[in-house]
This record gives sequence, C-alpha cells and structure tokens, in this order.
Amino acid sequence: MAPSLCAHCKTNRALILRPKDHSKLCRPCFLTTFETEIHHTITSTGLFTRGERIAIGASGGKDSTVLASVLKTLNERYDYGLDLILLSIDEGIKGYRDDSLETVKRNAEQYGMQLCILGYDELYGWTMDQVVEQVGKKGNCTYCGVFRRQALDRGAARLGLTHVVTGHNADDVAETVLMNLLRGDLPRLSRTTSIVTSTPSLAADPAANTHIKRSKPLKYAYEKEIVLYAHHKNLDYFSTECIYSPEAFRGSARALIKNLERVRPSAILDVVRSGEDMAKLVPDSDEGCGRVCTSSVPAAEEEQGGCGSAQGPSSGGDLATLEQALSSDDRAADAALEIEITTSSIAKRTAPLPLTVGKSRKVPKAPNNTRKQPKKQVMGQCKKCGYLSSQDICKACVLLEGLNKNRPKNHIEVGYEPEKEATSVAEAVKQLDVGAG
Amino acid sequence: MPDTQNEGTIKITVEFSGGLEMLFSNERKLSLYIPAIDADGSRSNIAFLVRHLCETFMNDPRKELFVLDDTVRPGILVLINDADWELEGEDKYVIEEGDNILFVSTLHGG
Ligand SMILES: [Zn+2]
Ligand SMILES: [Zn+2]
Repeated sequence: MAPSLCAHCKTNRALILRPKDHSKLCRPCFLTTFETEIHHTITSTGLFTRGERIAIGASGGKDSTVLASVLKTLNERYDYGLDLILLSIDEGIKGYRDDSLETVKRNAEQYGMQLCILGYDELYGWTMDQVVEQVGKKGNCTYCGVFRRQALDRGAARLGLTHVVTGHNADDVAETVLMNLLRGDLPRLSRTTSIVTSTPSLAADPAANTHIKRSKPLKYAYEKEIVLYAHHKNLDYFSTECIYSPEAFRGSARALIKNLERVRPSAILDVVRSGEDMAKLVPDSDEGCGRVCTSSVPAAEEEQGGCGSAQGPSSGGDLATLEQALSSDDRAADAALEIEITTSSIAKRTAPLPLTVGKSRKVPKAPNNTRKQPKKQVMGQCKKCGYLSSQDICKACVLLEGLNKNRPKNHIEVGYEPEKEATSVAEAVKQLDVGAG
Repeated sequence: MPDTQNEGTIKITVEFSGGLEMLFSNERKLSLYIPAIDADGSRSNIAFLVRHLCETFMNDPRKELFVLDDTVRPGILVLINDADWELEGEDKYVIEEGDNILFVSTLHGG
C-alpha cells in the first residue's frame, strides 16, 4: 500500500488516522491538531480564569499524563496564566502505587510542576492496607471506590484549591452515558456529561462553603488519540495492572464502546453528543446551586471507578453489576421506599420542572403510568464532612464511622473478636450497596 | 531464536506497551524471525504474526485480552513502523524485513 500524505501539510507521510473524521495526519500535524482541539474546548467553555491555581488529578496513567503535558503546553503557548499543580492520591496499598507514583514524580520534574501526594491515611485516617486488615479482602473495593471518589476534592481543599481537572476522555464519557441510559438514570447522565461539575467543599460549616470545581478538558478526546499522543510525544506514563482482570472487562460497557468504535469510529463522539442532548432535557437537580450556575452540576458519585486506576472505568461499567443494581432498585421501587415519582413524561411539559424539589416531596403515581421510574437522588450535603451526598451522611463517612467504631485499640486486648467486627463492617457495606445509586 | 537468518525468514521487531507486555512475560520488545511465507503459501501478514505471537510468545492463558474473533481485540492499537495499521491494510498488511510492529493497549486506567 502506497504511503498516504498528510491531509494537513500535504508534505509528510501520514501516520495517524483520526477516529472522529477519518483524516490522515502526519506526526507534527496530529500533535498540533490534538492540542488545538483541547484549547478550543477550554476557550469555548470558559473553563479557566487567568491566575487560577489548578490541581491536575495525576495517577501516572496515560490520560492524566497527557492532560498534564497538554495543559503545560497550552498554558505556555496561549498564556492562560494558570498555576498548575499535580495532585496524586496514594491509597496506601503497599507496593501498588510505587511505580505510578514514581511516574508522577518524574512527570513533575519533566513538566516543572509542583507535586502533592496525599495518602488515604492523611485524608481518612486509614490506609487501604489497614482497611483490608480490618474488613478482609472481600468488600474492600467498596471502600477504595467510595474513598477515591472524594479524595481529589478533599485533597484540593487541603491545598486551598478550588479547581481540579481530571483526565476523563470521550470514551469514559460515552461509557457513562450508555450505563446511565441503560439504567434510566437521566439526572446522573446529565451530571456526567457536563464538562464542569462542582461539589461543595469539605468545610464543616456549610456557610463557609466554597465549591470545588471539577472539569475534564479531555472530554472530547478519543482514548485512541490520547494513547497516540503519548506515544508520538514520547510521554512517560504507567499502565496499571488491576483493570486488566478479564472479569472486570468482559461484557462491560467499555468493551461495547470499543466494539462500536471498531465498526464506526465516530460512534464514541456521537454517544457523547447524544448524552449532552439528553442532558438538556433533564431539569437541573442541583439544589446547592440551583439555576444560577447552569454550566455547573454536582459531581459527587459521578465516578464509579473500582480498584485499579485513579479514574478506572471498568468496574463501574460492568453490565452484570448493573443488572444487580437494577434489580435491587426494582425491589426498592416495589417497597416504595423513598421513591419519588413524576406523574407525566418530560416530553409533555412545556417548561422543564425539577424532578425533585425537596427531600420530602412525593408526587402521587398516576394510575395509568405503569413505567417504573428510577430512584431520584436528592443532592444535599453530608452533615459530617460537607461533601455532596444524597444521604444525610455521605458514603465515605458511613464507612469511616464503621471502621473507626471497630478500630482495634489494642490487639492483645481480651475480648477482641475480629470475626464479629468483620461481620458488622460487612453489614455496613451491604447497606451501602443497597442504597448506592 | 536463531542468531543467523535462514533463507525464507524475515527479521522484525515487535513491541508491546500500555500494559500488553504483561501478557508476554513483561517483555516490551522482541526481536524475532518469522517465515516469509506462511503455512498456506501466502506471504506472512499481521494476521499471521498475531497467531504466531499467541502460539509462541504468550505465556498468559488469557488470550482473549489480545485476540478476539480472530483479530486484535478492539481497544488495542497496532502501529506498523509508527503508522496506524488502518492506514496500512490492518491485518492484511504484508510484513517486510526490518518492520517494527507495536501493539499498544488503550484499555488500561489513566
Ligand atoms: Zn502534516
Ligand atoms: Zn461525609
């Protein structure tokens, strides 16, 4: 096959076939085009303000490494005037983060950025190893996932920053769109498609609250292009192992996305766009911020990542897990527990109405409406830590309470019954799983 | 691996990254000789190479993490001399002496 020429400069040999539009580009043209598109995303959404200090959620993996590299490049090229800091979370699993944290440390040097590594022990008082010691191997992924979801926000609050950027890409967004579509959870679909999400920060006093802004500048970037960018720019990144477990991947929404891409590469961006269009139909359910900041929606519980990566998509994308979650939702619906039901379909309304107005509001079910509505989440704040939560006490605080209550004061203490403790914590996890949205 | 090149073999470099190396005994780079003509008498292409790698170099039993439905599984990028394999005819690309074939997984966490 004769080598084709770059569609852009028409001089160099084309090396990259862009998934979104099938254009063939050479290495330098691809790198520039990729960067320019991210710049366009940033400027068209007004993502940053001059002088802003921003934490880049950095795991050492491809997405966050590319994000850090591109933001550094753009910050210099277009003079954004940003102060960029790498923020890494150490779950405290002996040996597990060593390589990825080493990668982040090298990145910090390569990009001349300040690096802050915060451990679960600093953020929660428990390392994952200690959690595992207490609750056993089974169920510890629940802790890791719940803790991780809040870790970047808690970390940013520690650093006095109000904006965290993460490396979520178009494939990640498309995956969550599909997942939420399958479970009929449009409010969450709306939250996850937004480029900017916000969570109330962790001040105990809600009046002193500032919002932590979360954004994903790579939202429209294909995972394929991110990997190619890292490759052609010789970026130093680390591949985590955990996600590769076939159990986590087989039959997942992620696999579905990749299969769609193979058949029709534009499908990923089409799903993202469809998600955005559907999100427009969903009334703003953010109580904290209401209609004032329309571009900003709550972020809590957005990420489903389980064990394995700072933003690992696979565990959350497991269709089997989804099936289970759906059937337990159905059980809850049958029991009519805390379910709020809308009477008429959104399409019939001329103006969007809030799906949920307050915690206590219950709309009587219309007799002719046989369709089961998904459980609505009412976003409030955790009374303990101030984090965005649909319950009075957020999941992390519930888990921590269970852990702290059972924290062994003295290992040789008479009457110490590890088995019993493990059971009570396991029960706490079970309760959470049922309540998990 | 023989050090000298026999008649009818071609020398190529195969690389794995993005986590794929874990399926190949953590080997990131292989220098190997493959027959210029495969068992069917046609010139060796990427499809042949993928089968060959599975049979000869993969110690991991989870072949489906590399191959699915007789081709490289979706989510794994193939670069032939740094060019996207889609520009080169995908698995029908006929391998040449000195080629560098890189398999990169995009499936790992970021
Ligand atoms: Zn060019
Ligand atoms: Zn809390």
